[in-house]
Amino acid sequence: MPQPGLADTPSSLRPSPLRRLQRSLAPTVADGLLSLGLIALLLWVGLQLASWAIGRADWAVLQLNSMLLLVGRYPLAEQWRLWLLAGLLAVQAGLSWGLLRAWPRADRSLQGWLWPRHDRIAALCVGLLALLLPAALQLALPLQARWWLLAAALLALRWAAGRWGTRLHRHQLRLVGLLWPVLYLAGLWLIGGGLGLPRVASGDWGGLLLTLLLASFAMALSFPLGVLLALGRRSSLPLLRWGSVVYIEFIRGAPLITLLFIGQNILGFLLPSGLAPDRVWRAAWVLIFFAAAYLAEAVRSGLAAVPRGQLEAARSLGLSQAQALVQVVIPQALRVALPTMVGQFIALLQDTTLLSLIGLLDLLGTARGIMANPEFLGHSSELYLVLAVLYWGCCASLGLGSRALERRLDPRSEPTRG
Amino acid sequence: MAAPMTPPTPPASSALMIEATGVEKWYPNGFHALRGASLTVRRGEVVVIMGPSGSGKSTFIRTFNALEDFQKGSITVDGITLSNDVRQIDAIRREVGMVFQQFNLFPHLSVLENLTLAPVLVRKRPRSEVEGQAMALLERVGIAEQAGKFPGQLSGGQQQRVAIARALCMEPRILLFDEPTSSLDPEMVREVLEVMQALAHDDITMVVVTHEVRFARQVAHRVVLMDQGEVVEEAEPETFFTAPRHERTRRFLEQIL
Amino acid sequence: MTATPWWRNRRLLPWLLQGAVGLVVLLVIALLMTNLVRNLTAAGLLLSWRWLGQPAGFDLSETLLPFNASMSYGRALLVGLVNTLRVIVIALVGSSLLGLLVGMAAFSRNGLLRGLARVYVEVVRNVPLLLQLLFWYFVVFLALPDGTAALRLPAVVLAKSGLYLAGFSQGSWQLPQLANSGWQAPLHLSVEFAALLTGLITYIGAFIAEVVRGGIASVPRGQWEAAGALGLHWAASLRHIVLPQALRVIIPGLTNQYISLAKASSLALACGFTDLYSVAETTLNQTGRAVEVVLVLLAAYLSIDLLISATMNGLNRLVQVRER
Repeated sequence: MPQPGLADTPSSLRPSPLRRLQRSLAPTVADGLLSLGLIALLLWVGLQLASWAIGRADWAVLQLNSMLLLVGRYPLAEQWRLWLLAGLLAVQAGLSWGLLRAWPRADRSLQGWLWPRHDRIAALCVGLLALLLPAALQLALPLQARWWLLAAALLALRWAAGRWGTRLHRHQLRLVGLLWPVLYLAGLWLIGGGLGLPRVASGDWGGLLLTLLLASFAMALSFPLGVLLALGRRSSLPLLRWGSVVYIEFIRGAPLITLLFIGQNILGFLLPSGLAPDRVWRAAWVLIFFAAAYLAEAVRSGLAAVPRGQLEAARSLGLSQAQALVQVVIPQALRVALPTMVGQFIALLQDTTLLSLIGLLDLLGTARGIMANPEFLGHSSELYLVLAVLYWGCCASLGLGSRALERRLDPRSEPTRG
Repeated sequence: MAAPMTPPTPPASSALMIEATGVEKWYPNGFHALRGASLTVRRGEVVVIMGPSGSGKSTFIRTFNALEDFQKGSITVDGITLSNDVRQIDAIRREVGMVFQQFNLFPHLSVLENLTLAPVLVRKRPRSEVEGQAMALLERVGIAEQAGKFPGQLSGGQQQRVAIARALCMEPRILLFDEPTSSLDPEMVREVLEVMQALAHDDITMVVVTHEVRFARQVAHRVVLMDQGEVVEEAEPETFFTAPRHERTRRFLEQIL
Repeated sequence: MTATPWWRNRRLLPWLLQGAVGLVVLLVIALLMTNLVRNLTAAGLLLSWRWLGQPAGFDLSETLLPFNASMSYGRALLVGLVNTLRVIVIALVGSSLLGLLVGMAAFSRNGLLRGLARVYVEVVRNVPLLLQLLFWYFVVFLALPDGTAALRLPAVVLAKSGLYLAGFSQGSWQLPQLANSGWQAPLHLSVEFAALLTGLITYIGAFIAEVVRGGIASVPRGQWEAAGALGLHWAASLRHIVLPQALRVIIPGLTNQYISLAKASSLALACGFTDLYSVAETTLNQTGRAVEVVLVLLAAYLSIDLLISATMNGLNRLVQVRER
């Protein structure tokens, strides 16, 4: 028997839009007054902001410093390497995104839909960002065109892979997954140089480039370390368990700034002279060890959610302990831990701003340097606003991506219809 | 089903597949779970172990593939004596399949991948060959059309049949069943028991912990009663259910019949 | 039967593994320590605490305990610690109140209020705290007018020179007053302190709002309906029926947020406020005593964390017991 839903009620009985608005904004008189007050406040704030953005704000500070904010003091002659890397990343991201859509696993209800709602919203955001942000920064037209090209490449590959991705074989799909680490290493080479490319010292990396590089570096390397620590903490072997507990709790108890402080001021004493990495890499290592402790806790909660019977079943089939962990337990644990892990990655991305406090020129550090320049005095609001939008965009899109991945990986989804 | 009810009894001379003598186990909390349990199982035999809950029957069969360790006694499986040697333990686990009460299918793998995982990883067999065998096994347990689905999309009875097929895919010589129907809804018990009954006609050796009296009567060669960590009675089904020798068996049968 | 070789013995293997890991860790630690001692000896900085008693030679702008440049480094660090604790306590209360209000607003019948609560949480959580602190200090508080142009609210005055609050002074209620072109009031917070508090409270408040929202959402719908059936209106249902049950879920989440607040307070130097970390940094720059300063910092923050989690665990036990 079909459930009588809103669609079945005669339209005359459905509440009118005006009525629904009233129910939402003013269910009671008090709520109505509150809503009126809030609307007035929002209008006032909106007007103030608009008048500031159009009237008093001077966006020249961004226009003049856009490359500084993006890549720091990266030498102009070598910047083509970064554009190349951005292009490769856009292609790979579009390819992966499209293939994820073309190959739905549990989420079969989406099959046949080239552009589900979330994807349309995400694509719209990418397009708007590529159109508006360079324009807002008042970049030169050739520069703006490069951003359009990047977005176009991303979306075009998303479309093509979504449409024809099912023709690929399974092992070809795996290949695309494996391309990410390859691309990452290639990225490090393109950025740092060597092996035939002129070197660019890490001290010259800056701005958004440094922020994203350090964040992704810490994410990639803290991941295996975090999984090992989580396994150690759940191990039945006392030495491994207590060692992991002490490490995790110690790192999680200390503020990041004190750990960065250790990295800058004490790491040099701990290593043989001459072996200590430079300031950027010191900070990177601190971030890795810092993030690993938080990640370990996320993974631990995932491991706890995997029933004991899973390990027993795998062992009874003859798999070794290591095979059982890698093939059966860890994939399930990571799936459970995914939302928490992405939360930690978002926190890590935000935490990279602390690098500016120890004198590194990440995105925030570069911006603070610009604000300190007397030439741009009094225009920090514009910079803060753009920075906030940038960080917000990165963090929010990480969160959105994780939620999409979560839905796709859910093994308990409904059976296929029909 | 046209097959005869009780499978043919293997000759008494056939090889010993499991030989457990005087097995004692204490849990870390001091609980004395097994108190000198002994059992021998011959090749091709179907042995059903019954007993009240907490009698140690699950613990006992879990020592056969070293999922549980034990402190005293000895266990020989398929000619290999269980010791602390990890290589021997691995060898035994390859030859002994197990079906669990909670199915324990791998939820992140499809039904087919559940079957092929171990043969490909442990026996190093080519994937295409294993997939063919796996499809044949799924056909045999009657769920070939679900091969691409995930365990979470199947009913309990279907999951347990997949679990049996998964154990068979390793081509074990011995199959252990740890209360395979206890967590199933009543209407699904039959489909699983039918699969197990069909298996019993093969060459494979089966040790089954269960409360299913009908299964024990129709399929088992021998029925064993365990109580408080020891084997109390061991007899052919007919004798076991109609003329038990021990008082404890009689009391147990009163409760379940 | 042949004896099992030791490298295949499953009783021995776990100990071998632990021994190997332990050995590697010990070796690494030993290596680092020898390097540390050698390098510190070379720099003439071997572990010593005598410098704690030497005069600091720098001034601190804002102190609860009396302090001047002739007092010792130890005293300076103590003053910093007290300042840190002051920030933590006030921000803890403020962010809890804000978080509770916003978390409850997520269940309001008023759609606009719900939406605003959502927007606030999503915006604040996805922008780095350091950026927010800099924004509050440099863009908002340092841009405030002063003197007669200061923002005047009942009992509160916001000026470039700080936040002035009404209060009891010499037995009578006193409002902020303008005297000699400067404001005076019983309670005065510096702009640095006010900016830091605002930033911490709005940031941690958003996280607490999520904790509260999750806690309220964990209470079954039937409880709301039962309360409604008894004739309780929305606010009363929330206060008397739902919130007490939600506390079980909320308190563990709060503990995490309070600890992260304690750690986040170390960003005070972004607002120019002298907390423990900024005093420690100045101390390091003057004395070069990196190892000792780090030990002091770690000990202080780890103790604060322990104090918070011990208190909250006690509170948690109280709530869980009352439940039965």
